[in-house]
Amino acid sequence: MSEAVIDQTTYDELKDLVGEEFIGELVETFFEEAPGLLKAMRQALVDVDPETFRRSAHSLKSNSATFGATHLAALARELEVRSRDSDLEQAEPKLDELEAEYRRAAEALKAMI
Amino acid sequence: MSNQRDMSTRMGQGHETGHLLIVDDNKVNRLLLGRGLEQQGHSVDFAENGVLALDKLAQERFDLILLDIEMPELDGYQVLERIIQDTDLRDIPVIMTTATEELESVVRCIELGAEDYLTKPVNAVLLRARINASLEKKRLRDQQRELIKKFATEEVAEQMMTDGFELGGRMVEATVMFSDIRGFTSICEAQSPADIIELLNTYYTLMFEAITDHGGIVNQIIGDGLMSLFGAPVSRPGHPQLAVKAALEMIEMIELFNVDQESAGLMPIKIGIGIATGSVIAGFTGTLRRATYTCVGDAVNQASRLEGLTKDVGQPILINETTRQALGDDIPVEDQGIVPIRGKKEAVRVYSVPVANN
Repeated sequence: MSEAVIDQTTYDELKDLVGEEFIGELVETFFEEAPGLLKAMRQALVDVDPETFRRSAHSLKSNSATFGATHLAALARELEVRSRDSDLEQAEPKLDELEAEYRRAAEALKAMI
Repeated sequence: MSNQRDMSTRMGQGHETGHLLIVDDNKVNRLLLGRGLEQQGHSVDFAENGVLALDKLAQERFDLILLDIEMPELDGYQVLERIIQDTDLRDIPVIMTTATEELESVVRCIELGAEDYLTKPVNAVLLRARINASLEKKRLRDQQRELIKKFATEEVAEQMMTDGFELGGRMVEATVMFSDIRGFTSICEAQSPADIIELLNTYYTLMFEAITDHGGIVNQIIGDGLMSLFGAPVSRPGHPQLAVKAALEMIEMIELFNVDQESAGLMPIKIGIGIATGSVIAGFTGTLRRATYTCVGDAVNQASRLEGLTKDVGQPILINETTRQALGDDIPVEDQGIVPIRGKKEAVRVYSVPVANN
């Protein structure tokens, strides 16, 4: 793996900022919220609902960036931009990739807290 | 979830603390921002969408709002628009919290009236700096407003705060009213100074109330005389009617006041009121050091002359032709004929508004 799933510097800065205990709380919240966002994106593809798709991708991107999940954030961002242009045709394989990356990021985060 | 309200009593090193509202649909963002702000000594409350944010704003007083742009229900723009339009809310500084690639949206928000912005993930140092700067600016603005209110009317203060202070005027359609106590000089001679001041204070209170209740502002106080404006600086439809109704109430107030005066063995007073509608130039005049909001123009001259004329005509309220036309049939008037008015080449038609007890 050429790049770390979680950027250590970003994560450490966040930890310094909010404290050890609170970062655990934040990560837990992310774990509670993210699966719902991924599910909403999947459903939005079925419903052809680019607005919901975009908003969910936007949220996921924002949170991933907060924890230093750089690659996850980049993937989410790409999907967000795509849906803004209502271009969801090719989104499904990208969404698969996003889900896989989320699992990797979640595992890495779990190990860190 | 232990939200660790460890605001403690640490009020920070020389920075202002306040009650802040965080509006964001993303829970992680809400928690993170809330944590950062509580650590800096602020108390925070949360709303997860625009609708809930407006509910909260209607219930509680906040010192600052952190507003996400991207939200379901009502988005950041819409919330910002409502805040700016609401006179109770528009003084609360709003800081937009946005993703880095939303800079175009940020520009739009700043143009709409947002105070500042922060990109997410929010940097702690920037967060502290921007919040402190905004709270400090708000405090200064509040102070300034209080100061302005002491020497100007509330409406003029509002106009100065929103449009800024600028000498120079604009042409507006308004109704001008002059009112005066009849024979005040002889009253002064007959009563003690303390009684005179008390009489004036009661008189001002009664007159101000009648005028402001009808949307007018008292623009100048000259001895026992008052100059009031209706329809300026804030334009108001129906300003001629409002002025006349205010005048009728003023007369009624004086009648009641006289009952008290007489029972206390003091002299009753009589007032004269002149009202004229027309174009006036309204604005700030003076120098940048000392200025006053004022009105000049034909309607001002006419109102002043009509007030003087009330003595000669023996009617307490006199109005000009334009005011009468605007009244329609709502309020009965009596034609007093064409009267020469000082400062005007042609004589003008004058009407009186009959008063119940006169």
